[in-house]
Order: sequence, then structure tokens, then C-alpha cells
Amino acid sequence: MTGSVETLEPIAGLQVVMVRIGSETFALDAGMVREIIDPIPATRVAGARAHLNRIVNVRGNVVPLADIRERFGMRPEAATQDTRFVVIEVEIEGDPVVVALVADKVFEVTELQAGTEQRMPKVGTAWRPEFIKSIVKFGDEFVILPDVERILN
Amino acid sequence: MTTLDPVAVFRTEADELLETLETTLLDLGEKPQDRALIDTAFRALHTIKGSGAMFGFERVAAFTHDFETAFDLVRQGRVPASLDLVNVALSAKDYIRLLIEDPDGTEPVFGEAILDELGRLVGGAKDGGKASVAPAPSPAPAAPVAAPAPALSEETGWRIGIAFAPEVLRNGTNPLALLDDLRDLGPCTVVPRLDALPGLDALDPEALAIGWDVTLRKAVSREAIEDVFLFSQDEVTLTLTPFDAEAEAPPKAEIPAEAPVAAPVSVVAVVPPTPPKAPPAPEPRAVARRTEERPTSTVRVEAERLDELMDRVGELVIAQARLSQLAGLHSDGGIKTISEEIERLSARLRDTTMSIRMVPIGTLFGRFRRLVHDLSRDLGKPVEFVTDGEDTELDKTMIERLADPLVHLIRNAIDHGIEDPARRAENGKGATGRITLTAEHAGAQVMVSVRDDGAGLDAARIRAKAEEKGLCAPGTVLSDQQVYQFLFAPGFSTAATISALSGRGVGMDVVKKTIEGLRGTIDLTTVPGAGTTVALRLPLTLAIIEGLLIRVGEGRYVVPLSAVEECVELPEGDRAGRGRDFLNIRGALVPFLRLRSLFSAEGEPDPHQKVIIVSVGETRIGLVVDQIIGNHQTVIKSLSKLHADVATFSGASILGDGTAALIIDIGQLVMGNRPDSLQEFQEVA
Repeated sequence: MTGSVETLEPIAGLQVVMVRIGSETFALDAGMVREIIDPIPATRVAGARAHLNRIVNVRGNVVPLADIRERFGMRPEAATQDTRFVVIEVEIEGDPVVVALVADKVFEVTELQAGTEQRMPKVGTAWRPEFIKSIVKFGDEFVILPDVERILN
Repeated sequence: MTTLDPVAVFRTEADELLETLETTLLDLGEKPQDRALIDTAFRALHTIKGSGAMFGFERVAAFTHDFETAFDLVRQGRVPASLDLVNVALSAKDYIRLLIEDPDGTEPVFGEAILDELGRLVGGAKDGGKASVAPAPSPAPAAPVAAPAPALSEETGWRIGIAFAPEVLRNGTNPLALLDDLRDLGPCTVVPRLDALPGLDALDPEALAIGWDVTLRKAVSREAIEDVFLFSQDEVTLTLTPFDAEAEAPPKAEIPAEAPVAAPVSVVAVVPPTPPKAPPAPEPRAVARRTEERPTSTVRVEAERLDELMDRVGELVIAQARLSQLAGLHSDGGIKTISEEIERLSARLRDTTMSIRMVPIGTLFGRFRRLVHDLSRDLGKPVEFVTDGEDTELDKTMIERLADPLVHLIRNAIDHGIEDPARRAENGKGATGRITLTAEHAGAQVMVSVRDDGAGLDAARIRAKAEEKGLCAPGTVLSDQQVYQFLFAPGFSTAATISALSGRGVGMDVVKKTIEGLRGTIDLTTVPGAGTTVALRLPLTLAIIEGLLIRVGEGRYVVPLSAVEECVELPEGDRAGRGRDFLNIRGALVPFLRLRSLFSAEGEPDPHQKVIIVSVGETRIGLVVDQIIGNHQTVIKSLSKLHADVATFSGASILGDGTAALIIDIGQLVMGNRPDSLQEFQEVA
């Protein structure tokens, strides 16, 4: 690797929650995850953007339910037994915002190893590069470290 | 002992004392002879001096001592409390505040100057005895120091005789609930009339054989009492007798000499035995003062803790609603009982929590007296400041956020509204202008208005300025009301010169923004030559909404009840769109929006769709919904920042089953989704 492009954020020792969304596995920074809950009934918000078109009641607070499949060009799927809502707190324009994220399956909390991260390849994907911080090799798989703030807003 | 900082405690206490001092001094400016006021001011000074010395505020103690010495002459009745004296005393009070806030950074020169002035005023009068402003029938110098406690003797209120028709119970009226409503008006003594009570053998449990005599010890209006019995008017004979023991001499111009209005037909009115000239209407200031003087113990609580409590209660109410839904499915009687008990408790807890947050708006009004006093002095315009409805309660956050807009409005009214004395004389008005600040409940809303008796708005001048600023094209046809709206444009000012107070054109747009942020509206009315009224309509609280729960497709939504005028069935012919979407409501054309298509709802429309007629300002529109579920009162949850682009909804509320329902922003819906037909229709009209 050359130093000509922006450097990757160091990921050594980063605690992450592994979740599957659509066909991909994402590693969410455990620091932003508040809780993982079973699916609860959601309310549709007319006129909202497609990935944020529902709201749910999480412990008395009304939070947006984000389905990021749409942002990655994946088709929406019906909830299964494994579906969970991952409640995360992100910073949007300087303010903390709580969002529930639809995950098709939640695997485990784990620690990322140093030196496993790779930059997003420029070819071979239709994903918008700013949505992805880096790609990490985890076991035999490649998992996505998403930039949740950018994906949501 | 905890780690409470004694100095901080002194500061808080002194803050309160200084506030009392200020109000008292301002009162004294209006009623220079009132000995009770002088005593109150003196007591406040004395306490500040005492505790100041105790907590090491030497300079506060020293200055207050000198102030007190000078003021003692007033207390002894040797020097009248002239307006000049009050003004100096007010600056002395400001100086004490400075000394307390920053003991080392305050120049002693100012204090000396104030004391000199004070000494000149009291000294001059003592030497020469030529009291310039003294019509005061000053009492003998050795008048008793302790003024007779006024609170006990001035009792006003009503004696209310209540005789229900015997069959009232069969009609579902609950007399005890009505008595409770009376108690809500003020302290009551209730005595039953048992003379018509038959023996046990003759007793018909469904007939009401007793009546009541109620003594209500509060000066409320006759209408307020009659309103309690509004729904049982035909079944009750009320005898209302105002009593006004020892009618204390009211301050001159404050009570209009109007006879009590004739009572409605069904009510037997008895001519008051006391002076018939004294109207039963409450005399707000006297009432306010009395409540102040009643010793109540209070606890100071941080505002954040209250907010937190409100949040918790909101969650509790939601959890409780889910519990009762579950309990409803169970056949176990025990669970049902507990669930009902919890329902009752949480409803009361919610009401109590709400009432903790409710503060009488008088606390806010009090702050403006000084503002008016100072402005009137600086501008050389004598202004009388009248307030009404101080005991109207509003959520504390509302009150805090109302302060700035009201300061702007009052400044504007004095600076631009009220003419200088010379011009007033030309127009045949008295030299003293009048600013009236009122608060009153109007349905589920509170109306706060600032009224001046000045020159009124000059539509032509505003228009010229708007054209100059490029806000409207010359020659556009505009109603006066539309022209006044330019006043709320940012940077708009018609003042020829910029004064220290107003005229920079900032202000009105800020007022508008703040009020809209509080879900309120502003109405401007003006009569050329007679004055301007700015009326703010505000919801009672920001935290709770009284709404109508509706269903559109599968989704449930809340419409703020304050906007709802009526609900009608959608006429058969209008079910399928037929090119024109408006209804005939008693001869008026009301356009309507189909919420199903607006919210792109799925599924089949309900065969009997309803139309909710809502109003925003002067515009009325209908909203077509599938079903009206009913009233819904709940805690408002704001929408996430991520939903800032969703304009149709102003927030969300959590329903009994734990799901969220969106609150429809009626103003946005009406203004943002105006169908062309609506616009054309309005232009034609």
C-alpha cells in the first residue's frame, strides 16, 4: 500500500457487533450500539426518504427505523425469526440521534485484528464509496465497516 | 450539613427579596399612601441587610443599612413616597443586586451617588416640609409599625344555594362531581340542606332530596360559577349572593362602575346585600396579593428534574395502557382490578405532574412592570401598565420562552404605538398612555395579548416601506391584514430613526419565529387612532397534546384538537373524486384534502369516510379520513432530526398498544398542500 491516498482509520482492537443485512455482513462499532431488541410494530411515515420511512417506539422515545438495504441496492425482505432491531446512537450534524437499524441477523460482539482492513476497491461494486469506511477480513469472510452517519443522512 | 454553599443560598434568597422589593416599590409608585407596601419594602431591606452581614457581604450590608435609614423616614410617615423617591429606590435596589453579584467589581461611587440623591430627597422634605408630590394624608408619625394583616379581613366570594330537581339523578347528573368542580374554583365550605330529607321508609334512592349551601371564598366571576352548572341548567335552581366583607377602598380608576349583568333566565339572581356598585368581578391584583401572603411551603427543584419526571410519567402512562390492554384479554379478575387501580393512579400522577409544571403567568407579567416603568421614564411618555389574568396557568417552558417575545411587543407598543403626550393631546386623548397585558384561557389554548391605546398601525406607511424593500410589487392588491404581515418580515422597520429601544427592524420576525416554535399563532388588529392589539394564541403546554385520533388506511394519526372545528360525513357524491373537492358547510364552500392519497395509503377506503373540518387562521379546509377513533391525550414526542425533511408531521405520540402515531401539522398541510382550486377560490372570494 502506498501513502498516496487517505489513510485508513486504525481498527486494531475495535469492538464490533457483527450483523447480517441483506446479503452482506456488517461490523458495527460496538460503541454506538445501545441495545438489540426484537422487532416491534412500526409506523409508516408518509413523505420520508425510503430508507427512513418508518418509526418505532423504543422505551418511550419515537425513533426512526432505518432499513439500509435500499442504500446498498438490495431488495427489501420480510422479517424472519432472526430479524432484530439494533438501536444505535449516531452523531448527525453535531447532535446525537438514536436510530433503530433493521438487521436480518445479529451474530456476535468481537474484536477486530490489526492489519486486516482494506480499502474499498474502486471497481467491482455499485456501492457508493462514501458509505463504507473500510472492508475487513474476518475469518474467511469480508465484512463491511459502514459509515453509518453518511448512510443515514 | 451537606455541601450547600451558603453564599449561593444567600444569593438565591436575596434574589427573591430583591424581586419582592422591586414589585413593592413599583406598587408604591402607584399608591404612595399604602402603608402595607412601605412595610413590605422595609422588611425586605432589613432581611437583605441582616443576611448580607451574616454571609460576609459587608458592602451590601453597609449600603443597605444607609438605604434603610433613609427609607425609615418614609416608613415613619415623615416623608411621602414620591415618584422620585421610588425611582431612586429602584436604582438603589439595582445597585444592591450588583453588589451581591460582583462584590469587588462594583464601583462604590454609584452607591454614594444613589445615597446622596436619596438623602437629598428625604432630607429636603424633612427640613423644609414642602412635600412637593404629597397629597398624602400621611398618618401620624407614630403610626403602629406593624400594619394590620390585610389578608384576613378582605374576604370576597359567593354564597351559593343549590337546589336540584329531585329527578336529577335519573338524568345522570352527579351533584357531587359538580361540588368538586366548585371546589376547583376556590376554597369552599359546603353545608347540606337536610330539611327536605324524608324518613328512611319514604326515601327514594333515585330522587335527590338534599340541596347544598356553598360558601366560596374567592372572587370569581358569576359566569365561572354558572359554567359549572352549564349542563344541568334546567335541573337546578342556583342562588348566587356575592359577599364582600369590608370592601376595602379600591384604588380609584381600577373598578369600572358597571352594574352586575342580568343573570340568565334559569338562574335566580339575588341582589347583593353589600354595596350594589361593587361588581362581583375579581380584582386581580388583590387576589394575587392574597395568594402571595398566604404562607405556603415551597421546594425549589431544578427544572431538568421536572422534565425528567414528565418523561418518566409519559413512559408510565404508555406502559399502563399496554397493561390494561393485556388485562382486558385476561379473565382473571385480580389482574383486572390491579390494572384498573394502576390506570387510575397513573392518570392522577400525570395530572399532578402536569400541574407541577404549570406556573401562573403572573410571574412573567411582574417582570414587565419594571420594563414599562423604565421605558416610560426614558421616552418621556407617561404610561399606565394594566395586567389582567395573572393567575392563568401555562407550562413553565412556555412561560420562559414567552419572555423575549413579550419584551419586544411591549417595547414596540410603547416606542411606536403610544404617541408622545403632545400628540395625544392633539388627538383628544389623555396624556397617559395605557398598555394592557392580558392572559386568558380560550378553549384548549391560552391567549396572551398586548394592547396599546396609541395611534394604531399605518397601513399606507407599511406598504410604502414594503415596496421600497421589494417585498411586494407596487400596485398589488392587498388587504390591510396582508399588509400588516410585512411587519414580521426580517429586517422590516418603519421607524424613521433608530432609537436605543426599537426601530432596527429586528424583533417582530423573532417574535413570530418564537411563537410559531411554540405551536402558537399571532393576530394583529389595529384601529387607526385608537391603538393596536397583538394577540398570541398558545397551546397550554408543549408536552401534552389534546388530539383527535383518526385512521387513514392502516395508519393512525393525531389531529390537534385545537384546530378541529367539526366533523361531518363525506357526502355520497363526493366519495369518488368528481373533479371538485369541496363541500358545502352551511352555505360556505370548504375545500377538502383526501388524506388517503396524500399519505398514499394502501387498501380499500372505508365506505363511510368522514371529513374533519380544521381551521388555520381564516382558512378552513376539510380532511377526509377513513375513521374517527376518538379523543386522545398524550405526551408529544418530537420527530428525529433525520426526519427534518418530513414537513407534514409535527411530532409523534405513543398509543395504548405501544405503537407510534404521527401528529399532523395542520398549518403545514393547509399552506403546503394548497390545491390550485383552493387558491383560486380564495382569490375570487
